[in-house]
Amino acid sequence: MVGRARAIGIRLAQTVPVLIGVVVISFILTRALPGDPAVYFAGAMADEASIQQVREALGLDKPLMTQFVLYVGDLARGDLGRSLSTGQPVLTDLAMRLPASLELTLSALILSCLIAIPLGVLAAVRQGSWIDHLCRVLVTAGVSLPTFFTGILLVYVFYYLLGLAPAPLGRLDFLYFEPPRVTGFYLIDSLLAGDLETFAAALRQLALPTITLALFTLAPIARMTRAAMLQALSSDYIRTARAAGLSRGKVVFGYGFRNALLPVVTTLGMVFSFVLGANVLVEKVFAWPGIGSYAVEALVASDYAAVQGFVLAMAILFVTLNLIIDLSYALIDPRIGFDTK
Amino acid sequence: MNTNRRHFLKLTAAMGGAAMTPFAWAKRADAQGLETMVVASGQTINSLDLHRTGTNRASYQVAINCYDRLVGFGSRQLPTGEMSYDYDTIVPELAESWTISDDGLTLTFTLKADATFTDGSSVTAEDVKWSFDRAVTVGGFPTTQMQAGGFFRPDQFEAVDARTFVVRLDYPSKLSLPNLAVPVPFIINSTVALANATEADPWAMEYLHTTTAGSGAYSVTRWDQGQQLVYERNDAWVGGPMPEIRRVIMREVPHNSTRRALIERGDVQVSFDIPDRDAAELVGTVDVFSTPIENCIHCACLNTRFEPFQDPEVRKAIAHAIPYEAIFQTAAYGRGAPMWGGPAEITDTAWPRPFPYVTDMDRARAHLEASSFASGFPVQMSISLDLASWMEPAALLIQESLGQLGITTTVERIPGANWRTVALVEKSLDFHLENFGGWLNTPDYYFFWAYQRDRLFNSSNYDNEEVHELTERTLHMPMDDPEWAPLVQRMFQIVIEDLPRIPLYQPALNVAVNGAAGYEFWFHRQLDPRRMTGV
Repeated sequence: MVGRARAIGIRLAQTVPVLIGVVVISFILTRALPGDPAVYFAGAMADEASIQQVREALGLDKPLMTQFVLYVGDLARGDLGRSLSTGQPVLTDLAMRLPASLELTLSALILSCLIAIPLGVLAAVRQGSWIDHLCRVLVTAGVSLPTFFTGILLVYVFYYLLGLAPAPLGRLDFLYFEPPRVTGFYLIDSLLAGDLETFAAALRQLALPTITLALFTLAPIARMTRAAMLQALSSDYIRTARAAGLSRGKVVFGYGFRNALLPVVTTLGMVFSFVLGANVLVEKVFAWPGIGSYAVEALVASDYAAVQGFVLAMAILFVTLNLIIDLSYALIDPRIGFDTK
Repeated sequence: MNTNRRHFLKLTAAMGGAAMTPFAWAKRADAQGLETMVVASGQTINSLDLHRTGTNRASYQVAINCYDRLVGFGSRQLPTGEMSYDYDTIVPELAESWTISDDGLTLTFTLKADATFTDGSSVTAEDVKWSFDRAVTVGGFPTTQMQAGGFFRPDQFEAVDARTFVVRLDYPSKLSLPNLAVPVPFIINSTVALANATEADPWAMEYLHTTTAGSGAYSVTRWDQGQQLVYERNDAWVGGPMPEIRRVIMREVPHNSTRRALIERGDVQVSFDIPDRDAAELVGTVDVFSTPIENCIHCACLNTRFEPFQDPEVRKAIAHAIPYEAIFQTAAYGRGAPMWGGPAEITDTAWPRPFPYVTDMDRARAHLEASSFASGFPVQMSISLDLASWMEPAALLIQESLGQLGITTTVERIPGANWRTVALVEKSLDFHLENFGGWLNTPDYYFFWAYQRDRLFNSSNYDNEEVHELTERTLHMPMDDPEWAPLVQRMFQIVIEDLPRIPLYQPALNVAVNGAAGYEFWFHRQLDPRRMTGV
């Protein structure tokens, strides 16, 4: 137990240089972006004097090194600066938008795992059967349909034509108030507040974007599950287990699936990090106030503080995620320990 | 009716399972006049304070709806039947009356006695003075806009007594009074603002950024940045006729297709500033208003620093080679007003006006052959990525057409954050598209920004001594001065001949309405719900 805690401590310490690197690189890269934020935010009508005023207010008139020192000083105090395009402190923006994105991405991943993993296992166990073909069709459809297309299609069918889905107006219909904020996840917060009505409303809003994203993320997970299961099932220990007369369930799930889980978890981690940053188009279609569209708009406007804050938040998130995945490896497969490193 | 959430949830539940369709409430409200109007817009609101640096155009609506100015504009019916604000009619807002001295230098306003801010305190001339001082001091866009009306320094404004406010001008100008009706000189509750000001922030920029402190028709009760803004009516408003709609919800919906589905289904009453294409296709399904934006023209600009464009024959060749109709149909889906094929003779002072050029490749060839660049030349055509929706198709059509003359163009796409610097400040783009629009609706004001030497939007580096002089003379001259019309017509004549900017078309502001009425076009291109009603 002590060994494990120490191992985790070492892993955490290893993330520090990564984060420092991210801070430096994001600072330099944003400065290398074309465009002058002072000019952009002073507005088209502004004259030289007011542009200079904005430049000073943003601290952009100082040498790059001084700017960096100031930025790091602010960071140390937990101040990520203020976004010019939203007019809010970056921390406030992130605190509002990150849970929105996380809620959407996590529900999409849960839904997609619920479908993709059983589908992949069944496709591997009954190779060549109709379920294998179904898996192939779903996977092909999932990767070949761009998310914005699926999104618009779902809106068109379920909202516009059938009227089953609520208006795609973000996280909550304007008839409901945001539940008291605890986690920032509306589903959880509304349950904590015991407000089932808001819970149902938030769930309704979440349904279509979740399905859209789930369709997209289903493909890699199902493919990976199927491939990993096939490999596991064809290995020697499975043959041995079968020869020893173990039950089919014990063979498939106890030995096959558990060994196949490692690559699946790795894929899950990759899909999660990819989707969290890349679901801009889904966010736009469903007016979802997420972090992807925030980052893109900040980038277009050369909004330095917002871009840096976004990159840093994502970096911390990925580092944490990788840590969790590494730890879960050890849980799934006891052969993988931290001591070996 | 008090429509808090619990209340109508009970109501909808009482309506038997209607809670499943949350919009039942909005629909039911229709029957008794519109209680709540939901507006979908693709733009984000980034501040409640127009004077703040970095406040974007969408946020100007807060200044319009939550604050009053001394005066406002009346309304009129356009020849198309649509309603518009009326530049020529100034109506009282916070001022009950005003007088202008004989020399035109002193404007004296008397405030309405019963005007109050939303906190209940009276609006005084001190508040007006503080707000105007703020607008001319903070720099950036508000200060520039104030200067257009001749307001430069705080010492021009005086609060004589609680209800009398005086503005002293350096020179008489026809732009002064209308410029007090634009969104910028809005009147802030200075007591509240000062209570929240600090030494580093004497104008309470931080406080007013997130809170409104005005006397306007509405006040902001909720602002979720990036999602929605909720206006609630101010029942003590005296600035004009009491608005019918009690609550307005502005929802941000970034995707055009989503906005279109919402308006067609009737879940929002207004979809504001929709693309030309959606406007063209929605006609017949919902009410669509496509009002040509006053004093705004989409132009192809020829930079006078580029050698071939110094040859008048080359400029005319290009003016005859541009496929105007194709651009208007492809880039604007026919929404807006054509700016080509106008009469050769100038008999009126209408502006924007169609220039007397038409697409005629034979005449274009003839002009090019008469120039010293008969075999054509290569040129780079620049467009802004922020405005790609119309610039891209227009540029490609122009490219194709000029190619037939031997003028080979390459299209360069410039990121929005760079555009202003290269196009307007450095004025370094040889051939480019541009779209200046002026708030104050007079031709001389357009000339001031777009044709006068060294002005910001004169991205062609146009420098004509006579145009410069004429603009100086006409800018502040009253339009009913007998001298004004002939001078302005002479200005038209010169720029039509010189062609530093070739007008393509006048763009439209498209708004789709489903379940509401009373929409009016405003020069500031924001929704003014104050005069809107239910069906």
